[in-house]
Amino acid sequence: MTRFALGRIGFATLIAVLLAFFTLPLLWLASAPLTSDPTYKVAAPDLTWENFRTILEHPYALPSLYNSLVLSAGTALLVVLLAALAAYALSRVRLPGRDALLYVLLLLSSIITGTAAMVPLFQLAVDLRLIDSRLGLILILSGGLLPAAIFMLKDFMDSTPESYEESARVFGASPLQIVRHVVVPLVRPGLATIAVWAVANVWGNFLMPFLLLRDVEKQPAAVIMYTLYTEGGQADLRLLSTFGLLYSVPVVLMYLIVSRKYGFRFHGGIKR
Amino acid sequence: MMAAIELRGLTKVYPGGVRALDHLDLAIPDGEFFALLGPSGCGKTTLLRTIAGLETATGGAVVIGDRDVTGVQPGGRNVAMVFQDYALFPHMDVSDNIAYPLRVKKVARAARRARAAEVGARLGLEHLMDRRPGRLSGGQQQRVALARVMATQAQAFLFDEPLSNLDARLRLEARTFLKKLQRDLGVTTVFVTHDQAEALAMADRMAVMEAGHIRQIGTPAEVFRRPANTFVAAFIGSTPMNLLDGVVRDGRLEVAGCALPVPSSAEGLLADGERIVYGVRPEYNAYASEPAEGALGGKVAIMENLGASHLVTLDVNEVMVQVVVPEGREPAVGDQGYAVPRRDRALVYRDGELVTG
Amino acid sequence: MAPPATPADLGPPPAGGERGHRHSVDAAGLGRLRAGAFTAPALALIAVFLVFPALWVLYLGLTDYRLTGVAAAEPRIVGLDNFLAALANPRFWGSTWLTVQFVAGSAVAGQAVLGFAIAWLLRDRRGPLRRIVEGLVILAWILPSAVVAFLWVALLDPSDGTLNAVLGLTDVAWLIDHPMLSIIVFNVWRGTAFSMLLYAAALESVPPSHLESARLAGASSRRQLRDVVFPHIRGHVLTNLLLISLWTFNDFTPFMLTAGGPDGRSEVLAVHVYIEAVRNGSLGYGAAISTIILLINLVVAVCYLRLLRSRR
Ligand SMILES: Nc1ncnc2c1ncn2[C@@H]1O[C@H](COP(=O)(O)OP(=O)(O)OP(=O)(O)O)[C@@H](O)[C@H]1O
Ligand SMILES: [Mg+2]
Repeated sequence: MTRFALGRIGFATLIAVLLAFFTLPLLWLASAPLTSDPTYKVAAPDLTWENFRTILEHPYALPSLYNSLVLSAGTALLVVLLAALAAYALSRVRLPGRDALLYVLLLLSSIITGTAAMVPLFQLAVDLRLIDSRLGLILILSGGLLPAAIFMLKDFMDSTPESYEESARVFGASPLQIVRHVVVPLVRPGLATIAVWAVANVWGNFLMPFLLLRDVEKQPAAVIMYTLYTEGGQADLRLLSTFGLLYSVPVVLMYLIVSRKYGFRFHGGIKR
Repeated sequence: MMAAIELRGLTKVYPGGVRALDHLDLAIPDGEFFALLGPSGCGKTTLLRTIAGLETATGGAVVIGDRDVTGVQPGGRNVAMVFQDYALFPHMDVSDNIAYPLRVKKVARAARRARAAEVGARLGLEHLMDRRPGRLSGGQQQRVALARVMATQAQAFLFDEPLSNLDARLRLEARTFLKKLQRDLGVTTVFVTHDQAEALAMADRMAVMEAGHIRQIGTPAEVFRRPANTFVAAFIGSTPMNLLDGVVRDGRLEVAGCALPVPSSAEGLLADGERIVYGVRPEYNAYASEPAEGALGGKVAIMENLGASHLVTLDVNEVMVQVVVPEGREPAVGDQGYAVPRRDRALVYRDGELVTG
Repeated sequence: MAPPATPADLGPPPAGGERGHRHSVDAAGLGRLRAGAFTAPALALIAVFLVFPALWVLYLGLTDYRLTGVAAAEPRIVGLDNFLAALANPRFWGSTWLTVQFVAGSAVAGQAVLGFAIAWLLRDRRGPLRRIVEGLVILAWILPSAVVAFLWVALLDPSDGTLNAVLGLTDVAWLIDHPMLSIIVFNVWRGTAFSMLLYAAALESVPPSHLESARLAGASSRRQLRDVVFPHIRGHVLTNLLLISLWTFNDFTPFMLTAGGPDGRSEVLAVHVYIEAVRNGSLGYGAAISTIILLINLVVAVCYLRLLRSRR
C-alpha cells in the first residue's frame, strides 16, 4: 500500500514539476499584452486592450501575419505533396542507393539552414530573379525542409501494411489511385504532423525572408518582430509582447485543429 | 463472364534464389471450386499471387479464359482476391469497402452504394453498412471481404486462407456458407488452405502441393482414398495413414513381422522379394481382440479419444500401427489386439509412388 | 506446351504475349520508372535549392571570399588555408567544445531523456492530463523562435524575471553568469516535444503482452524498461538521437538569447559561423567552418547508423 501511495505521490510530483517547467516561460506572454505598462515581471494584468489597438494601427503588423500565412501554407502544401510522393516511392520501391541518398540529403539540409549558406542562397536567388518573390522563398524553404520530411514520412509509409495496396491493385487501381484512395488516408496523421512541422518551421523562420524579401510589405511576422525589437533602440515591451501573442496564436490554433481532427502523433513511429 | 484458369510450366524464383514454384502445370475448368492444399511454405500463396499478377512469373504462362495474362498487370486480369488478413481498408466503412472495385472503375457514388447494398444484403451485412472494419468481428470482416470480391463480377476468385482467422465454430459455418455461395455464383474459385478438412469438405477438385510441385490432383474422394504417393498419403487425413515398410514374399506381404494379403489395388503388380511401403488408414483397419487371418497383432500402447471413436496405437514388433475403434469396443492399454486392414482400401507404394493397375 | 527447364529461368521473365510484361513486383505496382517520376519533383527542388548551395558553401570554404573589400569582388582560391586557420584558432576549438556540451547536454541528456520520461509516464493514460501535458510540451516546440527567445529573456531577467522570483533569488543574471546552462535548459524546453512524440509512438508499438509477461515474471519497472521496452524501441532511440543531435548541432537560436556572449562563453559553432562570416565578413572562413561542421555531422551520423545496424 505504502509503495503504491509513494508511487502516486511521486507521479503527481513529477507531473507538477513538468507542468511548471513548461508553463513558467509562457506566463509572461499571457500577462504582458494585457498590461498597460509591462515590465519583464509577470503580474496580474489590468486587462487593457490598448496594446492591441496600438498594434492594429501599426502599418506592417497585421499584413505581416498574412504574409507569414501565405509563406507557411504554401511551403507546407508543397512539402507535404512532394514529400508524400517521394516517400511513398522510396518506401515501396528499392531504388539503388536510396538510404545513403536520404542520409546525405539530411546532412546537407542541416548545413543549408546554417548561416554560412546565406550568401550562396542569396546569390542564387539573385541569379534566378527570385529576390522579393514569395514563390521563390517558398521554393527555397521547401528545398531545405524536404529531406527531413521525406525521411519522416517514409517511416510512416514503411509501417503501413502492403496488403491494402495489393488488394486495391488486384481490383485494378492505378498507382495514383492507390495513393489517393488508400495510402493518403492511411498516413493522414503523418501528413498532418509533417504539415504542422513545416508550418511551424516557416512561421518561425527569420533568416531566409530577412535575406530574400526586400519589400517590407511582403515581409512575414518574424521579420517584423525583429524590427519592432530594434527600431527605436529600446525594446518596446508593449508592442513586442502583444505582437508576440498575435504572432503565436495562429500556430497554436493550427495545432489544436490538427490534433483534434487527425491526431498529432508519429503513429508507428520513426524507426529504421 | 467466367473462365477457366490454366498454368503452363509456371516457375517462380524469388530474388535470393528460393524456388517457390517449379514448372507447375495446372488446369482448372470454368466454374470449378478448386482447393490448393499443402504444408506451410510449399508455395500456395505464391501460386495464388502469381495467378493474380502480384508476383511476376519467372517462367511459364498464366492463361485465364482464353487470354494469356502472364504479362498483364493485376488490375487487368479480371480476377478478385481475398487476402488472408482480408485487407479491408480501415478508413472506409463497409459500404465503401464493398464498392471499392467500382470506385476504381469510376462508377458514380449512388450506383456504388446501391450495388454495395445489394451485395451486402445477400451476405447478411445490411445492418453493418456504415461501420468501419475495426468495429467488426472476424466473421463479419470475412463476409465483407467476400462481398467486396463479389461486387467486382470478376472471372475468377482467389482466396488465400480466408477462414484461418476464424475460430473453429465460425469456420465450420463459413465453410458451408462459402461453398453454397460459390455454387450459386458459379465463379471459378481457387482456394488456398493448409487445413485438409477444409479442402476435402469444400472443393470440387483439389491439388496437394509440396515444395513448389503439385503432388496430386483429383477429387477429394480420390485424394483421400487413393493418395498417389506417400507424401500425400501422410499429409491427408485427420489421422495420418499407417505407412509400414514391407517385403513381398510368396504372394503375400511381410509387414512388421506379420503376413498380410496383397491389397486388391496392387494384385498381380508386385514381384517377389520387392521392398514396398504398405499403407492403410486407421479408419480402414478393423480391430479384433482375438487373433485373425491377415492381421497386425501387438500390444495396445496408446489410446486417444476422438469423440465418437478411439484411436488405438498398437505396438506390432516395435512398429506403431493405428486403428480406429468405434465406441463401446475400446481395449485397455496393455491388452493384446489385432488390426485387420480392409483389402479393398489398403494401398501399396513402391519408391514412394502408388502401385496401381 | 511448357518450355523445358533452363537455367535462364533465373534471369528476367521471358517476353509475354502482351505489352508491359516486365511489370513491377512492388506492392503498389509502381515500378522503377514511376517511382522515379514520384521522387523527381522533390529531388529537383532539393537539387536546386539545397544541394547546389551546399556545394557552393563547400567551394567557398576554399576561397578567401569576403563580404566587403577587394576579396568580395574577386575571391581567390586559397586551398586549405581557411581550414588550417580554423584548426589553429583557439576560438574555434572553444566553440567546438561548447557545441559538444550543448548537444550532449540539451539533446542527448535533455530532450531525449525528458521526452522518453514523459512518454513513459503518460504511456497508458488517456484523457485531459495527457492532453494538457503533451499540449504544453508541443506548444514550446511550435511557437516561433523569435517569440520563444524573447519569453526566455523575460523569464531569466535578473531583476524582474519570473525564475528569480520563483526561486527567491535576486540579481542572478542567468544569461551572463551561466550562459551555457541557460541555453541548454532553453533548448531542452524548446525541443523535447519531438522526442516525446516519437517515444510515445514507439512505446505504443511495444506489444502489451510482452510487458505483461515481464510484469507477471515480477520484473521491476527498471527491468521491464531494460529487458522489454528498450530492445523493442532501439531503432526509434537511435533515429531520435541522430535527428535531434543534428538539429541541435546546427541550431542558431542560442544566438537570440546570449548572442554568443558574454565573451564567447556560449558561442557554439553555429553562432561562431555567423559571427565570423557575417559580423566579421570572412565568408570563406565561415564556409570552411560550415564544411567542418558538415564533416562532424557526417561522423556522428555514421556512428549512429553503425550502432543501429549492429545487433540487428
Ligand atoms: N517475398 C519473398 N521473397 C523470398 N522468398 C519468399 C517470399 N515469399 C515467400 N517466399 C518463400 O517462398 C516459399 C513459398 O512461400 P509461400 O508464402 O508461397 O508459402 P505458403 O504455402 O503460402 O505457406 P503458408 O501456408 O505458411 O502461408 C517459402 O519458402 C517462402 O519462404
Ligand atoms: Mg500462405
